[in-house]
Amino acid sequence: MKLIFRRLGQYRGAVVLAVGLKLLGSLFELLLPYIFEYIIDEVVPARQLPRVVLWGLTMFAAAILCRSFNVMANRRAVDNAHKISFGLRQELFEKTVNLTGAQFDAVGLPSLISRMTSDSYNVQTAVQQLQSLCIRAPIMLLGGILMAMLMDLRLALVLLALLPFLVAVILVISSRGIPLYTRVQQRLDDVVRIMRESITGIRVVKALSKEDYEKRRFSRANDDMTETDIRAATVMAMPGPFLQMILNLGLTFVVYLGAGRVNRGLMKPGVILAFLTYFNMITMGVMGLNRIFVSLSKASASADRIGSVLELETAAPLSPEQAPAGESAGSGEDFISFRHVNFSYGADSTEQAGFAGAQREKALEDLSFSLARGESLGIIGPTGCGKTTVIHLLMGFYEPTGGSIRLEGRPLGSYEKDALRRRFGTAFQNDMIFQDSLRGNIDFGRGLEDAALRAAAEDAMAADFIDALPEGLEHRAAIKGANLSGGQKQRIMVARALAADPEILVLDDSSSALDYRTDAAMRRAIREHHPDATLILIAQRVSSVMQMDKILVLDNGRCIGLGSHEELMERCPAYREICEIQMGDM
Amino acid sequence: MPGPGDRGGVKAKPKDAKGALRRVLVYLMRYRAAVLALLLCALLSNLGNLLGPRFAGKAIGEAEAGYLQGPGQVNMEAVLRYGLLMLLAYVGSNLLSFLVSIGMARVGKRVARNLRGDVFNKLMTLPVGYFDSHQAGDIISRVSYDIDVVSTSLSTDVIQILTSTITVAGSFAMMCVISPPLVLCMIFTIPVSILFTRHMGKKTRPRYARRSKAYGEMNGFAEEMFTGQKTILAYAQEEEMSRRFSAINRAAAEAYRDADSMGMTMGPTIGMISNFGLAAIGLGGAVLYLYRLVGLAQISSFVLYSRKFSGPINEISNIINEIFSALAAAERVFQLLDQPQEAKDLYGAQTLTDCRGHVEAEHVSFGYTPDKTVLHDLNLEARPGQTVAIVGPTGAGKTTIINLLMRFYDPGDGIIRVEERDHRLYTRQSLRRSYAMVLQDTWVFRGTIFDNIAYGKENAGMEEVVAAAKAARIHNYIMRLPQGYNTVISEDGGNISKGQKQLLTIARAMLYETNMLILDEATSNVDTNTERQVQKAIRSLMKGKTCFVIAHRLSTIRNADQILVVDGGDVVEQGTHESLMLQKGFYYRLYASQFQ
Repeated sequence: MKLIFRRLGQYRGAVVLAVGLKLLGSLFELLLPYIFEYIIDEVVPARQLPRVVLWGLTMFAAAILCRSFNVMANRRAVDNAHKISFGLRQELFEKTVNLTGAQFDAVGLPSLISRMTSDSYNVQTAVQQLQSLCIRAPIMLLGGILMAMLMDLRLALVLLALLPFLVAVILVISSRGIPLYTRVQQRLDDVVRIMRESITGIRVVKALSKEDYEKRRFSRANDDMTETDIRAATVMAMPGPFLQMILNLGLTFVVYLGAGRVNRGLMKPGVILAFLTYFNMITMGVMGLNRIFVSLSKASASADRIGSVLELETAAPLSPEQAPAGESAGSGEDFISFRHVNFSYGADSTEQAGFAGAQREKALEDLSFSLARGESLGIIGPTGCGKTTVIHLLMGFYEPTGGSIRLEGRPLGSYEKDALRRRFGTAFQNDMIFQDSLRGNIDFGRGLEDAALRAAAEDAMAADFIDALPEGLEHRAAIKGANLSGGQKQRIMVARALAADPEILVLDDSSSALDYRTDAAMRRAIREHHPDATLILIAQRVSSVMQMDKILVLDNGRCIGLGSHEELMERCPAYREICEIQMGDM
Repeated sequence: MPGPGDRGGVKAKPKDAKGALRRVLVYLMRYRAAVLALLLCALLSNLGNLLGPRFAGKAIGEAEAGYLQGPGQVNMEAVLRYGLLMLLAYVGSNLLSFLVSIGMARVGKRVARNLRGDVFNKLMTLPVGYFDSHQAGDIISRVSYDIDVVSTSLSTDVIQILTSTITVAGSFAMMCVISPPLVLCMIFTIPVSILFTRHMGKKTRPRYARRSKAYGEMNGFAEEMFTGQKTILAYAQEEEMSRRFSAINRAAAEAYRDADSMGMTMGPTIGMISNFGLAAIGLGGAVLYLYRLVGLAQISSFVLYSRKFSGPINEISNIINEIFSALAAAERVFQLLDQPQEAKDLYGAQTLTDCRGHVEAEHVSFGYTPDKTVLHDLNLEARPGQTVAIVGPTGAGKTTIINLLMRFYDPGDGIIRVEERDHRLYTRQSLRRSYAMVLQDTWVFRGTIFDNIAYGKENAGMEEVVAAAKAARIHNYIMRLPQGYNTVISEDGGNISKGQKQLLTIARAMLYETNMLILDEATSNVDTNTERQVQKAIRSLMKGKTCFVIAHRLSTIRNADQILVVDGGDVVEQGTHESLMLQKGFYYRLYASQFQ
């Protein structure tokens, strides 16, 4: 809720303008019936046609003014809502793309998506509504109470006695509303998740003829969401009638007590009649307030979900002084160094205790290695042994839970994240091909020279197939690169990694879909044209890593061998075994 | 596949609001009994609201009567009786309106559920190509945002329109009874309102449609970028992507502003028209009074009814706005529901049972777009139990062959036979079920490991699943997890590596009892040690099955009965490993290049 008001506060002037215009509009709206009554009660009986015409025209004028003010007020309100929701979505997007790996995992992709799509929309709707609702309701309520008190203080006391009950009902229910709507949005996360899963896995679903199973799975989530939604709607529908009942009970008291006072000659019966009118105003005011609170509680649930993402700290770099200096950089040759690094995933996520990542034993244990500038490192080891984790830590997606990582002798944490990452060129294992031209996919927003793109495509062995396409680099990749083969995708990703001629080149299993010949040619081209780049290459094939300066053999998060191919052949039985299997098999 | 720049989906069809309305009503009509009952409740509730003031008036009347006779003369019993009646009427009315609002919320949300369900079911019948050209985020936007707009409108608008219409008709009748000449004074407001609403409808509807579409595009972009978040971070492109988002975000925000600012003029304008009506009654009434055609009392009560008349009209005009926006949203939902689904099975298609695994392809060619064939004149025959290995450089068309075998696409020319019959003569389900398949893109969903493995086989027991996991050599890994087979994994949240996913999908395929197997680069992400074990397991799985294997590790296909060497969409060589090595052709070079 705070978030909504803070946002409204940012546009204080414009919001006040919208509300002020609405106030004027409402005043003219209230004025019209009075003019009409004046005509009927005063002017018409006097039989003065010109005055009738004059006042009639005044009414037309008032009607036009009323419309103009209301239209202007509505436009202002929409305009403010559009600015606020634009800003909110922009911030949410920027924050989301900046989240650290651990933070991203903790919220979860489907939930981030539904926060972006559904929650931001709920806030926008509320912001727009609030600006028009928040003016009439209080006017009606306060005006009604004031008039009633002026009329007869004693009877008005009945009203005032009701107020605490009214306030209590509104507060109690709307406090229940936020958790209810939060749950609705969580169920929506599930719906979004299953939907995404089925869409991304559509080929598997079809191959296994599991369409019906998926339908059932979706239908369960859909039903859950619907029931939660209905429960929320039911609870939130309660205060309205409840408030009216309280007010009507009060009204009955007023009539009865009023009649008693009339009976005792303390007041005229006309006062009761007037009270009916004011009660009507008060009821409308209270109902308006109630609508504000209902709409606010729904929007608050959404705003809180957005707020919780916006509040996440995307860590600022430590200043070099702040960073633990510890033993100084070691030998000046070390470009990259890992010292006794420990890491487990999900260390700072509490939400997903049941997940595979969350309670797993250490992903990396006491890992130490160092690389000089321009050296190449191959990482090899069984599935799930922590190869990719090394990259995640080196690029600062996750913080190590123990030990230190240094680049050029400086702790990694002291680098500004973007500046750090700009030194890398990376192709991940599950990397994305975006729905964009191939050029866009390789360039990836960096605005690189055409020559650089071409050279990268050539080194990545992608030039041949790109040239064979009628549109060449302008060929558009379908969603997630569905119109490219696995090997084509990998080559585009490698080209992306190479294009900016990075200091550190990271290729995480980026040639698994390539045949040996292409793979070998690609490695040769990279070595030839990027001789200064420090290369980190993760692979399953010994042939891919055997020419690296150093090879790191990982098993279960631990280093079980580090050295050149020849050294490892001698010293590391596990490496020798892998070699024998792969080579011997040929 | 659709052309470039087709981010949002289907090309804008002519807008068909009436069609959308009719179809929404069809959904609503499933709950017609409830809607009718609720309408009745709403009418009764309105009646209670009318009766309340009457009883209040009577109570006051009693007080007044007593007042005129002097102090102590008020019939307090009568006052109490009317007071209680009034309370009863009000409370009854309130309870009924409570019923109506929760009832309609229920109906609205059930309709939304049915729409969501239908959309999802539709998605399951669409050809796989649809998902290559439509962002998941855009589809999700239809399911969350668009359907939500429809449901909200149904929950609040339907009953209100119906009750308002009745009130309007009733008051109009009363106005006619009281004074036809006064009706003539204000009657102009009715056609003017209708014309204005229609005019506005024409102007606002396309704007609402643009709004929905813009939201869809924005959500599609956000979903894509969030999915690729690590890549964005890795290239430090947060700012650039935020800048790109900003353009799309602005377009969405502006589409909303344009639609709603326009829509928001509707209410005040209709209000103005009915205020003109009021002014006209004032003027006309005065003139009529001067000519003694009406009395003051008549004017007063006429005005009371005219307020009852114009009140709901103002409401309706606001509602109509919501309805326009709901219809624009509904159109996007129906657009998806109207997508041509995967071609139906041929009439009289048979269920493929007891497939032994005889597959033939004869002169098969195919292109994803009509103008570009990616596979030319494929011929092959796989007899039961044989292994066909498909090798070749990337992009040579290997995956396309699999797509054709599985009937994700149908060939442009030529024929594929399974068990000596055109495979189009079988139902798709039964044909696909006859293949076990491990695809290049591993796919897991959020669920337990058990569920993920058992996915391919209904009612698989724990022992079977464990056996499959052991065979896929992932059992030990699973047992190391805190909750073993009950550990929940997720494609997005959990940190399960691609290799582990691969093993899971292999275990999944192990459970599948078929005579045909498709392996699409299935082992390329598994490390060598595991792979050797998996190879053993797969070899036993392959026993007696017809297998189509795509793999780059030539060692894994050396034992194949037949090797298809594909290059540029052509089968350039075909034979066994030995014969192909002797040919010293393309295959030989491919093989030799391993040690370059």
